[in-house]
Amino acid sequence: MFDGFDALLLARIQFAFTVSFHFIFPAFSIGLASFLAVLEGLWLKTGKPLYLDLFKYWLKIFAIAFAMGVVSGIVMSYQFGTNWSVFSDVAGPVIGPLMAYEVLTAFFLEAGFLGVMLFGMERVGKKLHFAATLMVAVGTCISAFWILSVNSWMHTPVGYEMGANGQFLPGPSWWTIVFNPSFPYRLVHTVLAAFITTAFVVGGVGAWHLIKDRTNAHARKMFSMAMWMAALVVPVQIFAGDMHGLNTLEHQPQKVMAMEGHYESHPDGAPLYLFGIPNDKEQRLDYAVGIPKLSSLILKHDLDAPLAGLDTIPDDEQPPVAVVFWSFRIMIAVGFAMLGVGMWSLLARWRGKLYDWGWLHRAALVMAPSGFVAVLAGWITTEVGRQPYVIYNLLRTEDAASPLAAPAVGASLVAFVVVYFFVFGAGVWYILHLMHKPPHAGEYGVKRGDKGPIRTAGITPGLTQDPSDESAKDLSGTKQEPEERP
Amino acid sequence: MMVNVDLTTVWAFIIAFAVFAYVVMDGFDLGIGILFPTFEVGPERDRAMNSIAPVWDGNETWLVLGGGGLFAAFPLAYAVILPATYPLIIAMLLGLVFRGVAFEYRWRDPSHRKLWDVAFTGGSLVAAMAQGMTLGALLQGIEVVDRAYAGSWWDWLTPYTLLTGLGTVAGYALLGATWLVWKLDGESQHHARKLGKRAAWATFVLMGAVSLYNVFLNAEYAERWLSAPEIYYAAPVPILTGLIALALLRALSVERHSKPFWLSLALFFFGMAGLGVTIWPYVIPPGVTIWDAAAPERSQIFMLVGVAITMPLIIAYTAWAYYVFRGKVGHEGYH
Repeated sequence: MFDGFDALLLARIQFAFTVSFHFIFPAFSIGLASFLAVLEGLWLKTGKPLYLDLFKYWLKIFAIAFAMGVVSGIVMSYQFGTNWSVFSDVAGPVIGPLMAYEVLTAFFLEAGFLGVMLFGMERVGKKLHFAATLMVAVGTCISAFWILSVNSWMHTPVGYEMGANGQFLPGPSWWTIVFNPSFPYRLVHTVLAAFITTAFVVGGVGAWHLIKDRTNAHARKMFSMAMWMAALVVPVQIFAGDMHGLNTLEHQPQKVMAMEGHYESHPDGAPLYLFGIPNDKEQRLDYAVGIPKLSSLILKHDLDAPLAGLDTIPDDEQPPVAVVFWSFRIMIAVGFAMLGVGMWSLLARWRGKLYDWGWLHRAALVMAPSGFVAVLAGWITTEVGRQPYVIYNLLRTEDAASPLAAPAVGASLVAFVVVYFFVFGAGVWYILHLMHKPPHAGEYGVKRGDKGPIRTAGITPGLTQDPSDESAKDLSGTKQEPEERP
Repeated sequence: MMVNVDLTTVWAFIIAFAVFAYVVMDGFDLGIGILFPTFEVGPERDRAMNSIAPVWDGNETWLVLGGGGLFAAFPLAYAVILPATYPLIIAMLLGLVFRGVAFEYRWRDPSHRKLWDVAFTGGSLVAAMAQGMTLGALLQGIEVVDRAYAGSWWDWLTPYTLLTGLGTVAGYALLGATWLVWKLDGESQHHARKLGKRAAWATFVLMGAVSLYNVFLNAEYAERWLSAPEIYYAAPVPILTGLIALALLRALSVERHSKPFWLSLALFFFGMAGLGVTIWPYVIPPGVTIWDAAAPERSQIFMLVGVAITMPLIIAYTAWAYYVFRGKVGHEGYH
């Protein structure tokens, strides 16, 4: 069926598909885990049940998102070997250990404490439970640290030696490898992106319930928290993104050329193109609309600074410009729209109508999935911008693939597409279903079974049953209403 | 059989430990999935599921450590074995996708429960079978030329790999059943005990068949098991395995709670030890030894530091998580 196809192209599509799908979940759960830790912390500090209700509301959603992240992540950890075996063999000595550290310091931490976080409130008590939530939140960030170090090394490889067998071998300093030149920028930019993505989801859900009922105290709280994030963190992110771009200009100039649509060199100030149709064949930007010299100002902080274009790069070392050019613009546009919502919320707050401005709520609702769009567009920019290399300037993507035939890769690609749309489509549907319900007082946590939540009768049952403990009340009663079941 | 203790050997044992931890821990999760259709819809299924809901994710992480560790410590092995068993690995991953999400999804909408119960069983069965067949494909040997897989697409599909696949399914079912004997009570426990006995017999028969097959599979394996002086090192493994099998059958017949599970664990331990004796010192039989495939010393040392620091902590908090959810499941909720 796939005999006419190129196995390499199919393998690339498969990787792009599985990693894009996968990244949606951690982008959400990194931020959500921290949000949950903040909510539980506020509950412990203030004793206000509202925070606990919000914690439980989002915990149910977190449980589903996390499960989807785990199963799609396991696919990734094997995909390197199944489809990119040459890459695995030659780069394994350098990046393998970093990924092993991710498993040891992050995955086990998250998974080990997740069970207690989801089901253990009444068994371990409030404080230990809060510790478990913190461990999960910290674990998600440690995971980001290692995997982004690996990814950054593939963009800016340093600290390696070439082995006689063609392998990249670690040099004397692991520090140099881990903290490679693009890593700090990429880490900050990606983790902020995850926080902002979550903030806009939370804000969107809050806005939805405010549209239905402006007096809902729970919706007000989550909307307000999310809008603070939008107002305060989005500007920081734009600044961090600019720094990341300058770093890319230094280390991967042709990626920036593609992002800017600069086919030609500009010796006295390069324009910032707002629109254009990249034409790789003719090596020019058709129908270009730009602002003169602005690109030089942004990238070099000088209106007349010269900027080299793709005409200085051999054709076979250029990334496909159209994808990079457009995905970059999508990311920027979404970013500024987010900034707009953030600023709007400040205005609304200042005028005392944060909870009463219907159009702001509608805007926040529309922007709820914007983080996912921005994050995926950003990743497409950076990953496609690295082409035709998988390890920048050192290993070409076409030389990194497994010796597999097109039908095998094609069949697995079809299987992944079908299964992912079905399984993760269902998961997203369940999440939307949970989000559709208004948060309210006496919110239930993650529960199990028709007659009650998960319970285990230990040798000393009910070890932390405090009658004043909201959680214990919610979880231990037998009068459980089937609130989650329609 | 000389064991030269160097970094590469240490790493071989660490990977073996991760694989063993995965096989027994996710083994009982997958086993419960395999046995799931035999449980009654309602409290019995819910309790079986609940007995592993808080720990399955941690259990599955050992698979990531096994894969990630192999990638890091023996990159060549990772780069050869995965393409060689490509369809099996993809099937396993997709099976694990269905199995993993079923834990959350089956509670979301009662009208969808049936679908996700089927996904739970199907995913567990496919993952178990694929894992067993991958093991078989490795043991029967993989053709390597110029640091790359050089066999054909269907090398992984032979009577032998089908046998190892079925053996793994039976073994996981045994672990799942004995875990439930421990975690359930009343009628459900009785049911689990009955399933445990059947799974035990199936495991013994298939384990024996795989062992015999191994000896005829390859002259080197036969020499290792059947000639002096190797036989003196190797012989205790089958003898102890046999003794454990007898004790297990006895424990399943009398009213024991946790003992059958621990004995099943021991059975797996000796089964894996037997495989270790068979395959040593190759990571990809018949041609690639652990030293051929090993990462350079700098990588090994860097990771060893990480393992030395984190592994005791991982074992400690994993044990704590199990302790938190100790005892019989969901008992008082169903009065």
